[in-house]
Amino acid sequence: MSPNIGGQGPIVSLRDVRRDYALGAERVHALQGVTLDVERGDYVAIVGPSGCGKSTLLNLIGVIDQPTSGTVAIAGKRVDAMSDREATQFRLRNIGFVFQRFYLLPILSALENVALPMAEAKVSKAERAKRASELLAYVGLGNRERHRPSELSGGEQQRVAIARSLANGPTLLLADEPTGELDARTGTEIISLFQRLNADGTTIVVVTHDEDLASAARRKIHMRDGRVVDG
Amino acid sequence: MRLALAQASLIRHRARTVLAVLGVAVAAAMLLDMVMLATGMRESFRELLLSRGFELRLAPKGTLPFDTDATIPGVTAVIATLRTNPDILEISPVLGASIHILAGNRDVSGSALGIDPSVQGDYELLSGRDVTTPDALVANDHLLSQIGARIGDTLDVATGYDPQTRTYSGQRKLVVTGRVKFIYGANDQSASAMRRETLEGMGRQARDRASLFMIRVRKGADAEQVRDWIERQLPNVTAISIATAIAQVDERLSYFRQLAFILGAVSLFVGFLLVTTLVTVSVNERAGEIAVMRAIGVSRSHVVEQVVLEGVAISFAGAVLGLALGLVTARYLHTILSAFPGLAMAIDFFLFQPKAAWSALGLLIVSGIGAGIYPAWRAASLPIAESLRREAIA
Repeated sequence: MSPNIGGQGPIVSLRDVRRDYALGAERVHALQGVTLDVERGDYVAIVGPSGCGKSTLLNLIGVIDQPTSGTVAIAGKRVDAMSDREATQFRLRNIGFVFQRFYLLPILSALENVALPMAEAKVSKAERAKRASELLAYVGLGNRERHRPSELSGGEQQRVAIARSLANGPTLLLADEPTGELDARTGTEIISLFQRLNADGTTIVVVTHDEDLASAARRKIHMRDGRVVDG
Repeated sequence: MRLALAQASLIRHRARTVLAVLGVAVAAAMLLDMVMLATGMRESFRELLLSRGFELRLAPKGTLPFDTDATIPGVTAVIATLRTNPDILEISPVLGASIHILAGNRDVSGSALGIDPSVQGDYELLSGRDVTTPDALVANDHLLSQIGARIGDTLDVATGYDPQTRTYSGQRKLVVTGRVKFIYGANDQSASAMRRETLEGMGRQARDRASLFMIRVRKGADAEQVRDWIERQLPNVTAISIATAIAQVDERLSYFRQLAFILGAVSLFVGFLLVTTLVTVSVNERAGEIAVMRAIGVSRSHVVEQVVLEGVAISFAGAVLGLALGLVTARYLHTILSAFPGLAMAIDFFLFQPKAAWSALGLLIVSGIGAGIYPAWRAASLPIAESLRREAIA
């Protein structure tokens, strides 16, 4: 789980970040001057009511969106004005994503799903298979490598998605409502897995409504109306 | 991996993919048939002309062979002139006329060729013997069945029917010596052949004349040069080389080619739209999945490649299936078209040429690439964050 970007200082650094959207004739101010640091090895939960800008913030940290103004740096590297090509490469090497709906490719096996980002990073086929197998074992699915998503439970699918997010050894793991589609017992398993990942050195930022998941984080950031109000 | 992903995407909705492939196959079959039709008649006509090795044909000035009743007089003198050219190997004069076979009250009409059996290039003997004697006649199956005659039967044959006096200019007993197949003849044509002097002897017109000369040139000789030489030496004839004949046929078949071109283009466009629609629908359905792929680091170019591959895969599968379907439908359509009266049996409307198949396949693959471009552009342009937000709301 070693990160790709080394160095000192906060791993995530946002300064006066604003994000506006055009919604028909209206202008929505999703983020209104957010300033935030996340230290290396931290485990941060972003919480707040729906529409407060949590996911927008996560998207900016994950370099899949760009701020209207302000700066975003990941491990000291400015990412707020990257070209699409640069941003894609940056995400591939440094950021792991976990989504509420897992988004595994249904026709691929668990092993092939985990190997997908590695193929994109031009890792050799043998190395991909070895690492994907290790990652599946890490998330407790060593015996489910050949299973397709439809043959796995929701919790198992989310664990495959987590293994996929770790494929290229990311600096930062971002999760958007990772327990949102899981029952309480399975959600607890995912929470435990995140804690283990963090204990093993992965920096995690998670957006959630799940109190248990938020409580498991080392730090909780509260948001309201596009602003950080606490944390 | 991209090929596997494209395949995965297609397999996900098997029934839809199969229907799209079938749709493309129908379009491909139509396209192949139209490509075959556009070139088939021309090529089979060329093969027909070359089949007996006569590279040049001489017709009365300003006419095409057997287009009119006009004839070239002085066959002996013409042959003598032609023989002075060392590039000319063989000369086959042919006289054409209408004949009537009288059987009791019946009068069956047909066509007759007066030929020299040693150099003729108009028919193939199927059974019996050729017209080696002045009273011999060979006929095709259509004529024989019409008059109910067989080899060995004697026929009362007349020429030069005058409808006003209801008389014939000549009449003679001829013996059927053989069954033949006329190379340039139509299915429904009652045709026969006899020695040229026999046919001449039955008519009112002057002797020593021919409707057509077929000329074989020496191997390696330039047929066009020989053609020019003949036209200089014999001002009362039009010399037609195979290239000229094909050019004339091309001109007459331009309607067919235009029709084939338009129908082929429509087929290609329908196939293109079908693939574009299917792949676009598939991309729209997978917007969230594509956004996730982009989020985890899959590049735009790879998304484009995957989507274009889907289009190409459908087009390729449809094209291969369509090739087989096209050949079957071409045979069926040929049987319909070849029943058209007066067409030479040997003319193949849908002559299969590997080049035509490759052309159709190539066009479909290019169209498949083209069909994938729009959905690929859509997939690559999906705003990742916005697509994920929409998916979450959905």
